[in-house]
This record gives sequence, structure tokens and C-alpha cells, in this order.
Amino acid sequence: MSSQVSVAARPSVWDGGQSPYATNSKKFGMWLFIISDSLTFSALLFAYTYSRVTNPDWPKPFDFTPAIIFSTVMTFCLLSSSLTMVMAVNAMNHGNRKATAGWILATMVGGGGFVVLHLSEWLKLINVEHVTAFDNPWGVPLFGGTFFALTGLHMTHVIIGLIYLAIMGQGVMRGKFKAEDVEVSGLYWHFVDLVWMFIFPLVYLMSARVG
Amino acid sequence: MSTHTEDAAHVGATPVTFAKVWIVLLILTGVEVLLAYEQVPTMIMLTILVGLSIIKAALIIAYFMHLKFEKLSLFLTLFPMLIFCIVLMLIFLGDATRIPNMRPPV
Repeated sequence: MSSQVSVAARPSVWDGGQSPYATNSKKFGMWLFIISDSLTFSALLFAYTYSRVTNPDWPKPFDFTPAIIFSTVMTFCLLSSSLTMVMAVNAMNHGNRKATAGWILATMVGGGGFVVLHLSEWLKLINVEHVTAFDNPWGVPLFGGTFFALTGLHMTHVIIGLIYLAIMGQGVMRGKFKAEDVEVSGLYWHFVDLVWMFIFPLVYLMSARVG
Repeated sequence: MSTHTEDAAHVGATPVTFAKVWIVLLILTGVEVLLAYEQVPTMIMLTILVGLSIIKAALIIAYFMHLKFEKLSLFLTLFPMLIFCIVLMLIFLGDATRIPNMRPPV
């Protein structure tokens, strides 16, 4: 009997009044957003894949050189910006605001490089290969539709992330935000990187053309 | 209060760990690009690419997004349902593969 009483008396984090996840609410909120957003992206990735499976004449528009090399450099930019972001969070956890702002700036350079390279690739597809969202020379209009929807939504996320990081960077310099705020922005940035880790192989590498 | 212990738990990984994870991610990306260059048969290629991507995503989530050092309850709240919903989207795969055979001859 006495053991039962002690079990009942032991306080649980699920009794209320404290965070059972031991995180602050902003971080948990960002996690919930990330989960719902990853469902959006996976729906678009599935739409792309299914459109591809239903069209046996799906085009392979990406030459290994230069298009695949180009998108590999873009992947490198995004991966490296994830590393600098994690260093920013690390510096902020140690209370070093100047270093944090520097790392955030480095992250923005990586993300900015990604957007510039991605846009130039889009423009090449549109102007040189005459691919639009509704038509292309290979007669598979779904390719343009799914490709631009998927990479366009991802690029929108990167651009929003750049704006987010710019606000965080200048706020950190002026002594505004706390360590957990930088960590929350880091979560968002890593998520953008994570999504690209699926788009890059499924959209680019699966459509690579060698020789 | 318990907020003080939370700060101590925050230091889960060092910059050296992050750099190592970054290098592993770069190597895995390199393997993927090599596969594309070698023109592996489509289904094998797709399986390996998706497998490698899931490993990369897990590394990013665990180390960069810090989930390895969070409470297990956070992981259990977020991820099983996410994986379940994504797997549910596979329901239409059978329809997608059948459609090419159902086209009227031109």
C-alpha cells in the first residue's frame, strides 16, 4: 500500500503548470510549424513523383555539366549555411552577441548565394530551354508545373528565412533577442536546408543526363 | 527553479561535433551526385537516394536541430504522426503506376 501512495504522490510533468517538453513555447511553436510545413512539402514532392511515374516520356532536362554541378554548388551553399547557423546558436548560448551576428551574416551569405544561383538556373530554364509552368518543348506540361511549384515554394522559404535572419542579426547586434530566439530562427533555417536534401536528389539527380 | 538546469542541458554538442556532421552530410551528398553520374538503373537509384536523404534528414534533425538533446516526449509528440502521414501519401502510388497503361492508344 505504501508504495502505491508514493507513486501517486510523485509529481509528474504532465500534471500541468510546467512544460512537459522542457522547451519554451516559441520553440515548441516553431516545431509544430515545421511539422505541418514538412507535410506541405512532402505532398508537393509526392505530386512531382506521381506526375513523373504517370508520364513515361518525362524529360531529363539537367545535363550533368553544368546543371547538376550547379545544383551541387547550391546544395553546398545551403549545407554550409546550416553549419554557420548552428555556430550562431552556439555563440549566442555562450552570450557572445558579436560572434552570433557574424555567424548569422555568414548564414545569410550562404542562403543569398543559394537564391542567386537558383534564380539564374530558373532564368536559364525559362529563357534558353523555354520551360514555363504550363508548357515546355518536351510536351510534358506537368514537368514545368510541378518543378516550379516545388522549387518556387522552397525558394520562397529561403527568402523568408533571409528576411527572418536579417531581423535577428540586427536585433542581436542591438542587444534585443535572447538565446532561445536565435535557436528558434535556427530551427527554421535548418528545416529549409532539410527540405532541399529531398528536392535535390528527387528532382535534380533523378533527372540527370550524362553525355 | 528548473530553468537553471535547462541551461546546462542546452550544451549538448560542441562545434567539433557540428563540423563532423557537416562533413558527413557533404560526403553523403557527394555519393548521391556520383550515383547520378554513374546512371544507376532508376529503381535502385531512387531507393538509394531516398535512403541517403532520410539519413541526411535524420542527422540534420538530431544534431543541427538539437532534437537528440531534447526530451523524448517532444520527439514522440512530433514525429510518429509526421511519418505516418507521409507514409499515407503512398496510397496513390498504385494509381500512379497504373495510369500509363490505361491511356487510350494514340
